[in-house]
Amino acid sequence: MKRRSFLGLMGAAGAGLAAPAVAPVTARAAAKDFRGYHDTPGVLFDGTRCIGCRKCELACNKVNSLPEPEVPFDNLEILNSRRRTDSATFTVVNKFDTPTGPVYRKNQCNHCLEPACASSCFVSAFQKNSDSAVDYDETVCVGCRYCMIACPFEIPTYEYHKAFTPRVMKCTLCGPQMRSGELRLPGCVQECPMEAMIYGPRNELLNLARRRFAAFPGRYVEQIYGEHEMGGTSWLYISGTPFSQVGLREDLGTKSAPELTAGALAAVPVVVGVWPVLLGGIYAINKRKEKIAAQEQQQAVSAALAKANAEAKETLAATLAKAEESANRRVDNEVKKAVKEALAKKEEELKAAEASATDEEEGK
Amino acid sequence: MSTVTNDDFKSYLTPFNIVTGLIIIAGLIVTVIRFTGGLGAVTNLDDNYPWGIWISFDLLCGVALAAGGYTTAAACYVFGFKKFHSAVRPAVLTAFLGYALVVLALHYDVGRPWRLPYPIFVQQGTTSLLFEVGLCVFLYLTVLFMEFLPTLFEWTGWRKLRDALVKMTLVLVIFGVVLSTLHQSSLGALYTIAPSKLHPLWYSAYLPVFFFVSSIAAGLSMVIFEGSLSHKYLHRMMDSEYNKNHDDVVLGFAKGCSWVLFGYFALKMIGLTYDNNWSYLASGFGAWFLVEMLCFVALPAFLYAVGARDKNFALIKWTAILTVLGIVVNRFNVSLVAFNYHLPSEDKYFPAIMEIIISVFIVTVGVVAFKFISTRMPVFFEHPDYKGQH
Repeated sequence: MKRRSFLGLMGAAGAGLAAPAVAPVTARAAAKDFRGYHDTPGVLFDGTRCIGCRKCELACNKVNSLPEPEVPFDNLEILNSRRRTDSATFTVVNKFDTPTGPVYRKNQCNHCLEPACASSCFVSAFQKNSDSAVDYDETVCVGCRYCMIACPFEIPTYEYHKAFTPRVMKCTLCGPQMRSGELRLPGCVQECPMEAMIYGPRNELLNLARRRFAAFPGRYVEQIYGEHEMGGTSWLYISGTPFSQVGLREDLGTKSAPELTAGALAAVPVVVGVWPVLLGGIYAINKRKEKIAAQEQQQAVSAALAKANAEAKETLAATLAKAEESANRRVDNEVKKAVKEALAKKEEELKAAEASATDEEEGK
Repeated sequence: MSTVTNDDFKSYLTPFNIVTGLIIIAGLIVTVIRFTGGLGAVTNLDDNYPWGIWISFDLLCGVALAAGGYTTAAACYVFGFKKFHSAVRPAVLTAFLGYALVVLALHYDVGRPWRLPYPIFVQQGTTSLLFEVGLCVFLYLTVLFMEFLPTLFEWTGWRKLRDALVKMTLVLVIFGVVLSTLHQSSLGALYTIAPSKLHPLWYSAYLPVFFFVSSIAAGLSMVIFEGSLSHKYLHRMMDSEYNKNHDDVVLGFAKGCSWVLFGYFALKMIGLTYDNNWSYLASGFGAWFLVEMLCFVALPAFLYAVGARDKNFALIKWTAILTVLGIVVNRFNVSLVAFNYHLPSEDKYFPAIMEIIISVFIVTVGVVAFKFISTRMPVFFEHPDYKGQH
């Protein structure tokens, strides 16, 4: 993991997040001050010059050793159908019928300044190179094809019919060939008979485009496609017809791919940081609630017990007292009864004694 | 001797076994074609539609519908709804199998499946939301496996290992919620990189929030849905404790899900207003968007509320099915229907029959695995040796 780019991304700052090696290290570290890619190479495509000869397609096919196409490159009939790039075709020229006649536009990887494919790749198989080419490393590619979902220009294609070594295929800006010295210019640029394409530093190309606007008033839509689209691209387009009429979408916005996903990525540390604290807190509160509830229950139980105990004691005491009283009463009664009986007995004895005394007297 | 084997063989020929057997055989045949002929031999995927039904259904729906694991576990252990305890094990088992099958399905979808560990172990693309998804799913699958293990250890009788894992429950649950929050939302965030491809009614900077909140509704509804299915077909495996709590779980989840769906509806309206997309409602896509929002979000939110109030279990069950369908509709809309909306209809994708076979095959493997485990291990009942020890 590149710590710098990772931290920069977390900072969710604007431009230069997925900044390539060309940007000075200081610029990358302080993304806020990053001012763009002024001296990196690019290609300016001038739609008013293209004649739809397909020479660029042929050159691309040869330079990249791609398979022979079904329809040969000298057949221009095919321009009547709309085509897109595929795993055996890195560039196509399409014909667009406009009110002022047919207009041709070449399509290939635009080599974005901050490429969506590179930003979206979860193994970093794509890298923006110092010569502007967006390189693809097939030795790590898993084949998830998220790059194809992400690319706003619908450029990366896939080798769907390979069982074991399918690759993502796209224009390389002839990076490998130019680095090895085999080519001085990208194959398509070199081969174009109309000089519809110019290869050079990007800021020079922007100046050149504006000079053409000034030199030929009314010929161009005075806007450079790719200057700001999706954060800017290394391929730039100027055209005599509105871009949306030549298959270039004008609703892409100026935000680069890393900017689009920065918010979601910035949420990661928030969730990782906040969730455990919050959930742990909720757990602790619930645990404490339970504990307090248990304690309160216990207290209530013991209070109730104590109360019951006291009541029981009171009842016992009262009962005992009552019992004692009744026992005393019973003893009293018994005593009284005994006394009474004893008295009665004595009286009887006395009576008897008296009677016998009288008898004796009578007997005399 | 021969009659005995004949009888044995016949006893396996139940309708369930015959159907699942045929699906599994068909799945295995397509598997061979896929891994010898490449993706092109079995799918309708092309350069405009690199992601088809395997991503839309197996990954996006699969992960959302497996959300019952983290929602139930969090409700029981973190939020302290103890009466949901009996629902935790079935939900965790479903989630574990769900995620395992998501990973299995990815092996079919990616071009070089043997490199699936690369983003974690070889080279990390930390700027990618797919990296976040991959890392979280990998870690969460591990967490779910550890949450499931006590069930297995009770079955095998390894008390010490089981007790050690049970002690870690709370940490695992919280870790699981963190990971689920991240990858459930990242699945939506995957599409934030393609504002030009996804129809404005579905594209939003809030996509991660939408996916996360709707995954909660999906998880709760799946627990209700599976609970009633299991009740019907696996009733013999359930103990009185499970049965006693089942009604509480259904009512509690219905009530919770109603709130979540109302909240989700409100969030979607905020998103619609924030992006000022109301004018799109008058288009064909707008009509479809309204169908999704009214029939699959607002309606179940209302029906759940009524069902929970009236204790109407049949209504709740049907609402759970409607909600689950709604999640599938939403994930399909984001990843297929509203994706590449600007392409002419002849360039649109429709899944090939062999892609559908693989998706059905994977679901079937899940059902068979769930049946195998829940009829043997203490999922719907408490193991007699470990009563009340959770």
